[in-house]
Amino acid sequence: MIRTHELSKKYNNQLVLKLQELEIPKGQSFGLVGNNGAGKTTFFSLLLDLIKPSTGYVTNGDVRVDASEAWKPYTSSFIDESFLIGYLTPEEYFYFIGELRGRNKSDVDSLLANYGDFFHGEILGQKKYLRDLSKGNQKKVGIVASFIGDPEVVILDEPFANLDPTTQIRLKQIIKDLAAQKGVTVLISSHDLIHVTEVCERIVVLQKGEIIKDIRTSDATLKELEHFFSGEATPARP
Amino acid sequence: MGFFAIYMLVSFLGLGVAAFFILEKQFPGSDPLLILSEYLVYWVTAELFMRYMLQKLPFMDVKPLLTLPISKKSIIHFLLGKTAFSFYNFLSLVFFIPFAGVLISKGYPALQVLTFVLAMAFIAQVLNYLNFLVNKNEKVLISLAVLLALLTGIEYFELWPITAYSGRVFYSFYLYPFAFLVPAGLLVVLYIINYQQLIQQLYLDVAVKKKTRAATAYDLGWTRRLGSLGPFVRLDLRLIWRNKRTRTQAFISLAMVLYGLIFYGMDDFGSASAMFVFVGIFITGIFMVNFGQFIPAWDSEYYCMMMAQNIPLRQYLESKAVLISASITIMFLLSIPYLYFGWEALAINAACALYNLGINTPLVLYFGSFNKKRIDLTKSPVGNMQGTSATQFLIILPLMVVPILLYLGIKFFFSFELALAILALMGVLGFALRTYAMEFVTDAYRKRKYSMVAGFAERNN
Repeated sequence: MIRTHELSKKYNNQLVLKLQELEIPKGQSFGLVGNNGAGKTTFFSLLLDLIKPSTGYVTNGDVRVDASEAWKPYTSSFIDESFLIGYLTPEEYFYFIGELRGRNKSDVDSLLANYGDFFHGEILGQKKYLRDLSKGNQKKVGIVASFIGDPEVVILDEPFANLDPTTQIRLKQIIKDLAAQKGVTVLISSHDLIHVTEVCERIVVLQKGEIIKDIRTSDATLKELEHFFSGEATPARP
Repeated sequence: MGFFAIYMLVSFLGLGVAAFFILEKQFPGSDPLLILSEYLVYWVTAELFMRYMLQKLPFMDVKPLLTLPISKKSIIHFLLGKTAFSFYNFLSLVFFIPFAGVLISKGYPALQVLTFVLAMAFIAQVLNYLNFLVNKNEKVLISLAVLLALLTGIEYFELWPITAYSGRVFYSFYLYPFAFLVPAGLLVVLYIINYQQLIQQLYLDVAVKKKTRAATAYDLGWTRRLGSLGPFVRLDLRLIWRNKRTRTQAFISLAMVLYGLIFYGMDDFGSASAMFVFVGIFITGIFMVNFGQFIPAWDSEYYCMMMAQNIPLRQYLESKAVLISASITIMFLLSIPYLYFGWEALAINAACALYNLGINTPLVLYFGSFNKKRIDLTKSPVGNMQGTSATQFLIILPLMVVPILLYLGIKFFFSFELALAILALMGVLGFALRTYAMEFVTDAYRKRKYSMVAGFAERNN
């Protein structure tokens, strides 16, 4: 579904991302881990054509993302709060996204009905603008909005951060179902190794912009990742 | 507010210089300074009213200081002290300083004029701290409004000569050089009262609290008639209505319909002066300029979402054009009463509206593609220059100067009627070529997409 070709990104001659070839097949739940500055958000921004690649390109479906906008109808994303519109209420925001993705009010309503649990009564009908919601609740809105319109690719940057424990558990189930039952390609990044190993079939570790591990998730994966990151934290001995 | 703010500032300065001569002409034989003093009571009440509506203590700025080892005393002094330098306090000086300059050049004793200005500066500060005291009180607002109405009423029906008393009070700041000590003393008292009130309130759940307003939902169902542009127009209407800066601009734009009265009221121009083309472009295009010059920076907070979402750029821009065109039409309709000043006035406004619709609308949108400075919608509208860059100054040239020169040229060589007809025709032509123009504009946005996304993400400007 997604393929990168000699993709790299430089800022002032400093290489922040360099991926030789990466292919993410349709229906895979794909996890990206790495410390701050490893290039996770840069990668997602390149997928969404929000920054210009220094070399190479990304294809989504069969579309080169920097050459055409045809990937937009089947791709949705939530990167951070800047994906929300602060002066709308959650409902208005959902309907707006729905309209952009060709879904009418009742389509959106029936989708939202599935997430009553997830919202925990704190989102809908609160007479509050998005800018006045807590960080966690804003995140919930952004994540659910990215499910509107039956996208084939969903990109979520750090979806678990700022969520309360109950919501984290529910979100894990939601993401698993998306990939397993609906064949949606889900890309997430996370600093929480436990969550990401539970949710993703495949985990890629980025370090200084390069892929240094590409793991098919198994029972041993969590140990392997923990070992890797605790090693990275302490400087290597000469 | 970019162009508009600069324009108002310059007008104020100009007024400061001109006021003396205007007063001298209107009230021959009396001292212009005395006349001005008579009306200062309205000025003071109006300024307090404006401050009440717009100026708030910047509590949120000190929130990060609360947990640092800084005494509450100094936090409050900082908070109060900071406001002494706020934009509002210098507004009146922009008028008074050039006015004083004229007074001195006319042979008024310099020392007395200077102490008068000093007194005015202190009065501005007094109003500053008075406002923070009354700010927490809705009743004060109402009483101020009532007071203002009463004053006008009393004066109008000649019950009691308010202005005469006002004149005596304010004129004494000129007569007695040390009278400025009165407002200075008042200032100290107000500062102390403010200080004592605040020291009780410096808590996260009392004063340092983000005020949230309950959301009011409007369906705006009628926008569905716009088809695929509907969602965007709806979004923009909510943007304008629910954010202070944009809402203030919308109100200012509406009020600006009256702006032309100043020029039409003076009979120095003659009915076909190029000044009226300026007025016509300004009145019908004020919202276009005010709102349009910052497109798409209004959407900067969520611009990357707009770019990643399923939104054809063309549709996004088209909806902005619809909004601007609607505003031009509304402003033109509101300006129809200018017919009172003769058919020429209406004809000029109509031609200008057409020119704005056909030529200036796509131009404003095109210039918008150079915007890459973020605008924080939650910031206060007053003196807010966020999002302003060279674009906002460059834009004046094609929008206003070109049609005025065009008009002047054609009128000079041919006739008034032909000049207007050409302006109107250009507008219509621009309208006919709208599709091509919009394609061009869309391309410009597409080309600068990455630098816009990056620019809008930067918070510190």
